[in-house]
Amino acid sequence: MARNPQLNKHGELQHLLTTEGLPRDVITRILDTAEPFAGVAEREVKKVPLLRGKSVFNLFFENSTRTRTTFEIAAKRLSADVINLNIATSSTNKGETLLDTVDNLAAMQADMFVVRHASSGAPYLIAQHLEATGRDHIHVVNAGDGRHAHPTQGLLDMYTIRHYKRDFTQLSVAIVGDILHSRVARSQIHALTTLGVPDLRAIAPKTLLPHDIERLGCRVFNDMREGLRDVDVVMMLRLQNERMQGSLLPSAQEYFKFFGLTEDKLALARPDAIVLHPGPMNRGVEIDSAVADGRQAVILPQVTFGIAVRMAVMAMLGGGNA
Amino acid sequence: MSLPDAEALLAGLAEQMRPHVTPDTALVGLHTGGVWVAQRLHAQLGLTQPPGALDVSFYRDDYAQRGLARDTRSSSLPFDVEGRHLVLVDDVLHTGRTVRAALNELFDYGRPQRVELAVLIDRGGRQLPVAPTYCATRYMPPDGQRVKLAQEDDRLLLRLAPDTE
Repeated sequence: MARNPQLNKHGELQHLLTTEGLPRDVITRILDTAEPFAGVAEREVKKVPLLRGKSVFNLFFENSTRTRTTFEIAAKRLSADVINLNIATSSTNKGETLLDTVDNLAAMQADMFVVRHASSGAPYLIAQHLEATGRDHIHVVNAGDGRHAHPTQGLLDMYTIRHYKRDFTQLSVAIVGDILHSRVARSQIHALTTLGVPDLRAIAPKTLLPHDIERLGCRVFNDMREGLRDVDVVMMLRLQNERMQGSLLPSAQEYFKFFGLTEDKLALARPDAIVLHPGPMNRGVEIDSAVADGRQAVILPQVTFGIAVRMAVMAMLGGGNA
Repeated sequence: MSLPDAEALLAGLAEQMRPHVTPDTALVGLHTGGVWVAQRLHAQLGLTQPPGALDVSFYRDDYAQRGLARDTRSSSLPFDVEGRHLVLVDDVLHTGRTVRAALNELFDYGRPQRVELAVLIDRGGRQLPVAPTYCATRYMPPDGQRVKLAQEDDRLLLRLAPDTE
């Protein structure tokens, strides 16, 4: 069997590309390591010196304000120097290939690349290229690639669930929305099944479900009310506006009626159920404002925990290279 | 030289410190053994501030060589560091590197008025200019071994373990 490209020969994290195939003990170690990092933000000086003198390049070939910002904050709280590449004005627009861009940045003594790309597999390609050219001291973190994976989002969701619910092996979890196009959903599903969630549900219209969803370990519900019954965790997904243009969905209003999370639908879940959303939210499309601002929403804690989880991932990657 | 009795060392350390602490003095234990010692000293000295605990993993100087420790815990200082008299507490003082890391971490919480160091055992082998303010005893473990503090039924005891450094 081929070696897991994310792990080095000692079984430790070398790159973070996907939650798929990530061993349970590695996921648990990331979550455990994030806990002390969460405390760093409470102090007078919100910084630790672990990545002092290291250069982290944020390579965002696709726009994202929030993810880029939280990676930037995480790297800066680890004392790294952060370089944000604005790809819209960069050489790729002048015809440079992805790997030429990477080679040039590596020649500037990059220590870590945080990569977001519209094409699935781009971060994997970069990681493979670095290893093939003997530069395995440079680490790659996938910040979202195509429809494939968004592992730090999946992991921060796991951190959030564990923070409120403790034991994954007792939980009913529902993922609701556009699972077909969602790299977030894929990363959540792989992490949740690895952590031993016994009841994982996918709630979506048929047109927004991947064909292999049951093989991934999900029970499918096309009726949201049925799917939410007695769940402990509701994970909402963002409905991307461009999905509305084609034939997948009739209209935002219609979608909200059947798959928008409202207070009366949430009442079918357990009374202590929590509601997650990766942001940015479309209020009145996939989630009602009363729920988004309600007592069961943990959407803003997700953002805070996300910084600690990204610090943990970068700190686990950045040490032990000498 | 036989292994000293940890409970006797603890009592001796408390007596050394007693004339020099006030109820507002705060103890800061270094994970893991130092936290146990700090908890016991806190009770014996009748201090009002709850003891703090530092895990210095984020400040260690061997991160580049060895990476982040597996079982890093949260540091917690449940009092205001600013202007306070602090005593760092550890079980065994060896190279001094842990103390350096602890001082660096401490100052990210604020500017203490004074910082002292209390240890049960000074086993020599310093690599940095660090000296304890209070020290219960000096003890050299045999070659290839290190001395390790354990806690059983609320009692502290010392053991020898193979030195893996």
